[in-house]
Amino acid sequence: MAMTITDKILAQHAGKKSVQPGDNVWVDVDVLMTHDVCGPGTIAIFKKQFGANAKVWDRDKVVIIPDHYIFTADKHANRNIDILRDFVKEQDLPHYYDVGTDNYKGVCHIALAQEGHNRPGEVLFGTDSHTCTSGAFGMFSTGIGNTDAAFILGTGKLWVKIPEAMRFEFTGTFPPYIMAKDILLQVIGDIGCDGATYRTMEWAGEAVYNCSMEERMTLCNMAIEAGGKNAVIEADAVTADYLKSRTDKSYQIVRSDADAKYCFHKTYDAGAMEPVVARPHSPDNRALARECSDVKLDRAYIGSCTGGKITDFIAAAEILVGEKVKIDTFIVPATRDVEKDLHSHKIDGKSLMDIFISAGAQIGEASCAACLGGPKDTFGRTHGTEVVISTTNRNFPGRMGSKESAVYLASPYTAAASALTGHVTDPREFMPAKV
Amino acid sequence: MKKKIKGRAYVLGNNVDTDQIIPAEHLVYSLSDPEEKKNYGRFALSGVPAEGAGLPDGHIPFIEEGHQSPYTIIIGGKNFGCGSSREHAPACMEIAGVQAVVAESYARIFYRNSIDGGFFIPFETPNRLVDEIKTGDSLEIDVVANTLTNHTQNKKLPLNPLGDVLDIIEAGNIFEYAKKAGLIKDNSPHPTPPKDFAQAED
Ligand code: SF4
Repeated sequence: MAMTITDKILAQHAGKKSVQPGDNVWVDVDVLMTHDVCGPGTIAIFKKQFGANAKVWDRDKVVIIPDHYIFTADKHANRNIDILRDFVKEQDLPHYYDVGTDNYKGVCHIALAQEGHNRPGEVLFGTDSHTCTSGAFGMFSTGIGNTDAAFILGTGKLWVKIPEAMRFEFTGTFPPYIMAKDILLQVIGDIGCDGATYRTMEWAGEAVYNCSMEERMTLCNMAIEAGGKNAVIEADAVTADYLKSRTDKSYQIVRSDADAKYCFHKTYDAGAMEPVVARPHSPDNRALARECSDVKLDRAYIGSCTGGKITDFIAAAEILVGEKVKIDTFIVPATRDVEKDLHSHKIDGKSLMDIFISAGAQIGEASCAACLGGPKDTFGRTHGTEVVISTTNRNFPGRMGSKESAVYLASPYTAAASALTGHVTDPREFMPAKV
Repeated sequence: MKKKIKGRAYVLGNNVDTDQIIPAEHLVYSLSDPEEKKNYGRFALSGVPAEGAGLPDGHIPFIEEGHQSPYTIIIGGKNFGCGSSREHAPACMEIAGVQAVVAESYARIFYRNSIDGGFFIPFETPNRLVDEIKTGDSLEIDVVANTLTNHTQNKKLPLNPLGDVLDIIEAGNIFEYAKKAGLIKDNSPHPTPPKDFAQAED
């Protein structure tokens, strides 16, 4: 029977020749990732269920990345890190990226990629809904809760319902002012924020295969904003090149059969895409950026697993170089590696860091920061009625802190252009050479 | 598993996401400490904008005082529980006393968490109940017959059958289910599932 990438990976991990959508199967897990918000709860359930002396099923397959509430004085948040530390010590876990050490990374989904934990053909679960990001590596990855994660810690297995698959194909070439974020917001606007519920979003087509791994991660990252169970892009030479310096584990490239069945299939002309935003308070509330030029902004925020990778900052810097921002502008690198690259990567002889500082932006420490609001002292968090343009992934009420604030989701190009004008701005206004 | 669930309705709209159910700043309390855990109940549904809190009129606080709500059955629209994977979301609702949610559809992680963690039963309905039921209505769910009776309005409405997940709900949670099915042994310090684990779904 013809199968998709997702079907094949799950069938193989369930020890079956084939599976079809709707089947419930138990799969073997290759990697379990958790972080500071959900790790402590997971550990507590694990101990309650398997006993105080229980050992995790496989030390090498557990990855713990604190990233959410890091640079805060909140005592409860800091206690969570202590719980992770104790557990790592007790279980002697090799993959822990502790705060306050050289090993600290930042946002888990980007750290997973940078540290070589994402490998084609594998099954990865994480206690974070944006775990679907890892699908950019041609693997199955999805978010779960603490109970399911505790079950995996003890057994190395989990039940999964095989999802139906949707295929989004992009022919041609994306224009230079279009980023993965635009593509996603376009698609989510088309299918709605429950349009992919329980389904796989498979991205394909030459325009997608021409994207960098960072852009592919952005594409997969927001599958959850459409309700998707997972997203996936077939691994190829770009993937292999990214992995070369990051892992020496062998992996397997899995492809969808040409006659695999999809419950939905749409082909887009990549060249016809335009910069878009998602208006408050839902990621599917799409509009063209140029249609929102009457929206006055108080703040721009460039960061998170969606919009805080090096390619995102290169884009923002292309717009901000030699200019001054008109509104409060926050720059938050997703990880320490991205932060280092901000210093080393240059445009016209100036580092990205210098470009941002000269433009008047504030730079935060690598972490999730205000992407999810968080404790009151979180960098970039909203406290009142701020109107924000942000490269993050969610604009539900209160997501960035205050219930009264309003968030427009956009690409780094659009966010940077808007920072320069103080209102929602189509980035083409600032890129004459590229239009 | 309870066969009948009775309680007052608290009605919400579409796309109630996990940041509305439990705002991220509250994700820091311990779920293992019985006293501290009450904070989750105290802030359950505290992120819902006032207009949408307790439909049709809104502006009805879910928690009046303390950590338990007078409303124990939540009526939701489409895509209930979308957003993050935080299990604190179904947990805070259970701590506040919620026994069932009846929605048109769910986001899958929230649905899974509710069942695998054994917090409450997430029912789906073929009808849009948000426009029909009012916050405060007295409801009764028959878990076996899959019906919802609205005593205030004297109406009986159908619920979708729970399907495959009923086994986990009946067992209590995913651990009890796995033990019952012989997939894991009670409190084993080194749990190793038997070889035929992979065939468990057959
Ligand atoms: S950056 Fe935002 S979306 Fe990404 S993991 Fe952190 S909180 Fe979640």
